Amino acid sequence: MNAVVETTANDCHPASVPDYTPVPELRDLQLKRMQTVVTRAWQQVKLFRARMDERGLDPGDIRSLEDIAKLPFTMKADLRDTYPNGLFASPMKDVVRLHASSGTTGKPIVVAYTKEDVDVWTSVVVRCLAGCGLHRGDIIQVAYGYGLFTGGLGAHYGAEALGAAVIPASGGNADRQIMLMKDFGVTAMCCTPSYFLHLIDRAADLKVDLRELPLRAGIFGAEPWTDSMRRHIESASNIEAFDIYGLTEIIGPGVGCECRQHQGLHIFEDHFYPEIVDPETGEPLPDGTEGELVLTTLSKQAMPMIRYRTRDITRLMPGTCECGRTMRRIARIGRRSDDMLIIRGVNVFPSQVEAALLEIEGTLPHYQIILTRAQGLDQMEVQVEVTPQMFNDKIGALQGLQSRIQSALDHVLGIRVKVALVEAFSIQRSEGKAKRVIDRRTA
Amino acid sequence: MKIQQLSLFVENKPGHTAAPARLLANEGIDIRALYLADTEQYGIVRMIVSDWQRAAGILKANGYVAKATEVLAVEVPDRPGGMAEVLGALDGSGINIEYMYAFPYPRGDQAILIFRFNDPDAAIERLQAADINVVAGHELLKQ
Repeated sequence: MNAVVETTANDCHPASVPDYTPVPELRDLQLKRMQTVVTRAWQQVKLFRARMDERGLDPGDIRSLEDIAKLPFTMKADLRDTYPNGLFASPMKDVVRLHASSGTTGKPIVVAYTKEDVDVWTSVVVRCLAGCGLHRGDIIQVAYGYGLFTGGLGAHYGAEALGAAVIPASGGNADRQIMLMKDFGVTAMCCTPSYFLHLIDRAADLKVDLRELPLRAGIFGAEPWTDSMRRHIESASNIEAFDIYGLTEIIGPGVGCECRQHQGLHIFEDHFYPEIVDPETGEPLPDGTEGELVLTTLSKQAMPMIRYRTRDITRLMPGTCECGRTMRRIARIGRRSDDMLIIRGVNVFPSQVEAALLEIEGTLPHYQIILTRAQGLDQMEVQVEVTPQMFNDKIGALQGLQSRIQSALDHVLGIRVKVALVEAFSIQRSEGKAKRVIDRRTA
Repeated sequence: MKIQQLSLFVENKPGHTAAPARLLANEGIDIRALYLADTEQYGIVRMIVSDWQRAAGILKANGYVAKATEVLAVEVPDRPGGMAEVLGALDGSGINIEYMYAFPYPRGDQAILIFRFNDPDAAIERLQAADINVVAGHELLKQ
């Protein structure tokens, strides 16, 4: 087969063809798919059916794309409340994959994929990578965690389908990551931007100059980052850094990605229909206005998400991108409309910490989450005030308490957390309420 | 026979032990014995004070987490082998020492060992049977 190996600024991977769909054709396709997915959810998902009934709606009410605004929202809490499979629209025999992410309290949220869903996911990641100028012949190292987290496997399938050689390094072990990058001439890295910062620092310790390596691109996602972080990464490693967007509830990484113009992230809206709404009222906002991103999966089988509230604050950018893609772009996500924290790419809610503390002592002590960054890695410390109920005059009992809190948090959050026991009333309270999160991470 | 000891949670930071001590001093409370059990992060101050109920009230009113625990004060001769004799009396009893500390007794050549046992009543019986003096609280607080 005569595959195209050498491409330059503009990619020409066959998977990228939909990126350039003429707008009228794209809108027609979106409407058709929207009608299909709404019908599917209405037929298969009880919760959605009930909410449609409450509003006196049925799938026939979707006659134009604007009609989507009539439909009820889906919230993260819905995924938690219907755990484990209340939102599945396919029987388990058609499901080929499950992934999970942390919910707002103890229970994770679980998502399912049919074979077709995995194929769509793979195709959008291919489109992301092709848009970053990657192609067959590239050597892509995936340093996202492999497992329930969507990052590792999502990037892996896409990179492999692109035709690249994939090194599934998974997360952690910086020295080995650097060794692989060097010894195999890795040309692109997929990981969180903060982890890449750590690799930059570690490489300097190991006297490896990343600028001398064949590495030329980094596809960074799963956490917000800033332009100053981008500049630092690009100059320290002489690569082109790309922002990739995605969330487990929708599909995983690959919902959108920057192209080489770096003017916002293209949303692959033939599969994921974007809206911007007022986070307070839920009212739709016009393109260009900042608000909360709401996404509808247009082609998902196993778990369609209708008007999913991402809590990510951004705007749909007006105008077309110079790259020629017709897919609308969102501005880079800088903040959220809820209190979710992203720590080393993992979603953490203060309410999860509360749930874990409550479970251990039966009462909720005052606590505070302190976030710092050391060697490019986010560090989370939970300070817990010792209450009379918790206090014991035996050191061993306090150490036991500390390690019980530690393992409950590790278990619920899925990341390593430092636990510190502190004196009662030592956490500052403002107007009687403690400030729950102190974020000292700077970019 | 049993004595109330006050325990206090303090962070392992400069000044954190001094502050409650000053508080008690200002209220005229006499600390007869004090032991600090520490870890890298925090410590537990254990004290025998002249008026434990009032001391506990003062500490709590000032935001401290203070707890009273029953301990035993045991008199031992302040000479080599003194402590070994006391501990020997407990041999084979299955009674466990959760922690202990010692301080000199102002009267004569005696020292006082403070014990927290898992079973203080059994320990009293055992010690008294071996003619070891388990000191009452009011005795201990006499000047």
